[in-house]
Amino acid sequence: MLVRSLRKAALAAAVFALAGCQGGVLDPKGQVGVDEKYLIIISTLLMLLVVIPVIVMTLYFAWKYREGRDHEIYAPKWAHSGKIETIIWLVPVAIIAILGAITWRSTHALDPYKPLAHKREPLTVQVVSLNWKWLFIYPEQGVASVNELVFPTDVPVQFKITSESTMNSFFIPQLGSQIYSMAGMETRLNLIANEPGSYEGFSANYSGAGFSDMQFEAVATDEAGFEKWVASLKRESPALTSERYSELAKPSENHPVEHFGRVSDGLFHGIIHKYMQNYNDWNQGPAHASPEHSASEHAAALSGAEKPEEA
Amino acid sequence: MSLLGNLSLDAIPFHEPIIMITLAVVGLAGIAIAVAITVYRKWGVLWRDWLTSVDHKRLGVMYIVLALIMLIRGFSDAIMMRTQLALATNGAEGYLPPEHYDQIFTAHGVIMIMFMAMPFMIGLMNIALPLQIGARDVAFPFLNNLSFWLSAGGAVLINLSLGLGEFAKTGWLAYPPLSELSFSPGVGVDYYIWALQISGIGTLLTGVNFLVTVFKMRAPGMKLMQMPIFTWTCTWANILIVASFPILTAVLGLLTLDRYLNFHFFTNAAGGNAMMYINLFWAWGHPEVYILILPAFGIFSEVISTFTGKRLFGYNSMVWASGAISILGFIVWLHHFFTMGSSANVNAFFGIMTMIIAVPTGVKLFNWLFTMYRGRLRMTVPVLWTLGFMVTFTIGGMTGVLLAVPGADYVLHNSLFLIAHFHNTIIGGAVFGYLAGFAYWFPKAMGFHLNERLGKASFWCWQVGFYVAFMPLYVLGFLGMTRRLNHTDNPDWNIWLYIACAGAVIILVGIVLQFVQLYIAFRQREQNPDTTGDPWNGHTLEWSTASPPQFYNFAELPRVRDIDAFTDMKEQGIAYQRPASYAPIHMPKNTPSGILIAGAITTFGFAAIWHIGWLAVAGLVASVVFFLLRAYSNDVDYYVQPNEIERTESAYLKQVGVAPLKQEPEEVPA
Repeated sequence: MLVRSLRKAALAAAVFALAGCQGGVLDPKGQVGVDEKYLIIISTLLMLLVVIPVIVMTLYFAWKYREGRDHEIYAPKWAHSGKIETIIWLVPVAIIAILGAITWRSTHALDPYKPLAHKREPLTVQVVSLNWKWLFIYPEQGVASVNELVFPTDVPVQFKITSESTMNSFFIPQLGSQIYSMAGMETRLNLIANEPGSYEGFSANYSGAGFSDMQFEAVATDEAGFEKWVASLKRESPALTSERYSELAKPSENHPVEHFGRVSDGLFHGIIHKYMQNYNDWNQGPAHASPEHSASEHAAALSGAEKPEEA
Repeated sequence: MSLLGNLSLDAIPFHEPIIMITLAVVGLAGIAIAVAITVYRKWGVLWRDWLTSVDHKRLGVMYIVLALIMLIRGFSDAIMMRTQLALATNGAEGYLPPEHYDQIFTAHGVIMIMFMAMPFMIGLMNIALPLQIGARDVAFPFLNNLSFWLSAGGAVLINLSLGLGEFAKTGWLAYPPLSELSFSPGVGVDYYIWALQISGIGTLLTGVNFLVTVFKMRAPGMKLMQMPIFTWTCTWANILIVASFPILTAVLGLLTLDRYLNFHFFTNAAGGNAMMYINLFWAWGHPEVYILILPAFGIFSEVISTFTGKRLFGYNSMVWASGAISILGFIVWLHHFFTMGSSANVNAFFGIMTMIIAVPTGVKLFNWLFTMYRGRLRMTVPVLWTLGFMVTFTIGGMTGVLLAVPGADYVLHNSLFLIAHFHNTIIGGAVFGYLAGFAYWFPKAMGFHLNERLGKASFWCWQVGFYVAFMPLYVLGFLGMTRRLNHTDNPDWNIWLYIACAGAVIILVGIVLQFVQLYIAFRQREQNPDTTGDPWNGHTLEWSTASPPQFYNFAELPRVRDIDAFTDMKEQGIAYQRPASYAPIHMPKNTPSGILIAGAITTFGFAAIWHIGWLAVAGLVASVVFFLLRAYSNDVDYYVQPNEIERTESAYLKQVGVAPLKQEPEEVPA
């Protein structure tokens, strides 16, 4: 009830206050971002219920009980009131209880690992953060690009993310959540764009000298546009071989957009495995489990056992 | 390996004009101070009465001097960052390349937290806490001196990095793998490690020292639930220090092993796990912010209660709210990495735990409000800081709870919204609190008053400057700007970056006014003495001593029957009483051991940074030798004789205006 009426108020306030916002997290273009925007607004309004009275009371009491207003009652020994103390504990408890409930539900609903409920099968994109650029591998299409992420609108995208070097955070503010990229591990993120457009993406975790320019364009096109883009990559661009990848992995700043028409098999898993425990043992003996299996096990173990299985 | 390890003339950044000019200015200022001390023949006084002092009040003053010096350094970094970001818009490069800029934001964070806020907080605790509980000093006065010098040693190391080599380019958290040798091969991270490690051990020893002091040295009659509220909040903070600083020591130790002995705790290669560092770091780092804020809460409580002339409303609530904050503060650290891929259950749990902290914090705010209620509030400088805090911190608390909602954090994490939030709580909470405490206890510690008008002007600059500097950062966070960017290229952001820079300049004026105030107060100290020892009509025992207090604090330990012990004494007419006779007082002697031990350890740290083997061994051996010399010395204490106490007390009571009492003869035992 309260949540629903708050939601109405939130909408009204949002339209009023944020009409001028362009770009950024309050101008979302995908369902995840939209949900997060309303979560921010509802939580803020809920807290203002206690924040505004506190600020007003502070200023009012300071003025009303200032020195020199001797007609005001002065009670120097008055220091306890069961009634007041009960209320001042209960009011914050009530607000935090509501906010806690909202938090519990929204955290599960917005779990970055959770595949989005959608009639379409998600597109998988493997993301690698390198010093200082982003590599996007499209395993289903067999193409790859650097610092340019193209995907169809209204199709969920599942990102599988790792790092070749330092920690970064993969973030497209107008689409919603971010998640860290870490070497030797795979993290996941599910996003969707509901409006075609070009959105800014970048690393949201400082990673060294070239960090400020570690940006990419996230382009949401229609489906035909995406197919065309893939086809043109396949037609015109060189292959991403392991030699080419080693070249790419060397530090560079302000890296230009690059396209690859073919990607050697297992490149993404190879990148993860390079930094996994006992990597050399795996390379030496055939007795060990296949890398693919271990990779998902490793990722699952690190990110909590109850992660939903890959769709 | 050469005699100087990796150290050579190349380590001095001659090619960086900003650094060279800074070094020149610092050098000249240092020479000027040294000349002044020589001219006024103060070297002896400085050494005997200050540097080697084990008196908690003097150590407190020295801690605050350290904090103010480091405030200048940390703020210089801040204003350089803001001007860089105001200049480097629309694709411009600005004047600070990443090589330099990345060191600046790292140094700013480390300095402001570890070498400005911590010494300021510990300084105020040193000055006030033993007096508030009616003790003659802390439990371990020599250890207190050693703690100070260890903190100062860390500060020396971090400042050396300015002119010798470089500082870390990792951000103040030094997250691996970036902070590992493979990505940060220079000495920067080593400076970081040893500066934090050495000062951190000093802080840990302080925590132990003050906990023992509070539990063992309270004045007769003072129950735990009668301790002044500042003492209580410091006690909770010290419990947090003792529980959390060992984690910092351990995690820095592991990073040291990685960097020096090729271990692989946090490396990318060979099975290292950087997440473990982040986890451990925040297990210290989050309690650390409550270590900073809780004593500030105590200061606000004292200030509001004193200047409304009322008892603190809801003392029990306050004590337990502080306790709840410190316990909860220990189980929320994961909210610093909601975006690292934890499951929804884990994130939701830590999110909710975090927002629960808002409950006791909210209770505190209401308690301050109801302390003002039906009071007579005097609008002094400490009160202005407190009111400014209550308004500003409430906003910072709200944005903090918002960040505690994982779904909101997924888009606000690491953004300038986060930067605005924690500056909102650390400046609007901790720093405002320390400046309130500074103005509140200044006459007590120094014996003369600050300049009220300049103090108020400084407050308004800080208050206005804070809003102008940091509210734009909230907006920028919403506009999608992340932290630690060196330059930007987004026309929508520019206006906010300019405003933020203007805000930083207003804060600069506030800081300058604070120093001008100090200077004027010092110049006019003869005209504005605090002869009473009780300038604010205080409630607690520190106001029952002279200003500055007698070096033994209390000629006779006070008997406590009430939370507001001194108010109770004044009302009963037993304040300022002259006892029939004075007993000798057992006092610790000043000692150079602290400065020697800490100096040797700092030398070891410096040698470790530059891989100067022989010097590292020498530093380590020297520190052990100095420690043993101290441990086996019997010349550590003495007794103040009754006639000296009599003289001191008579002078004080005469100043206060109490006539010598006629003693009833039968009450005097032989």
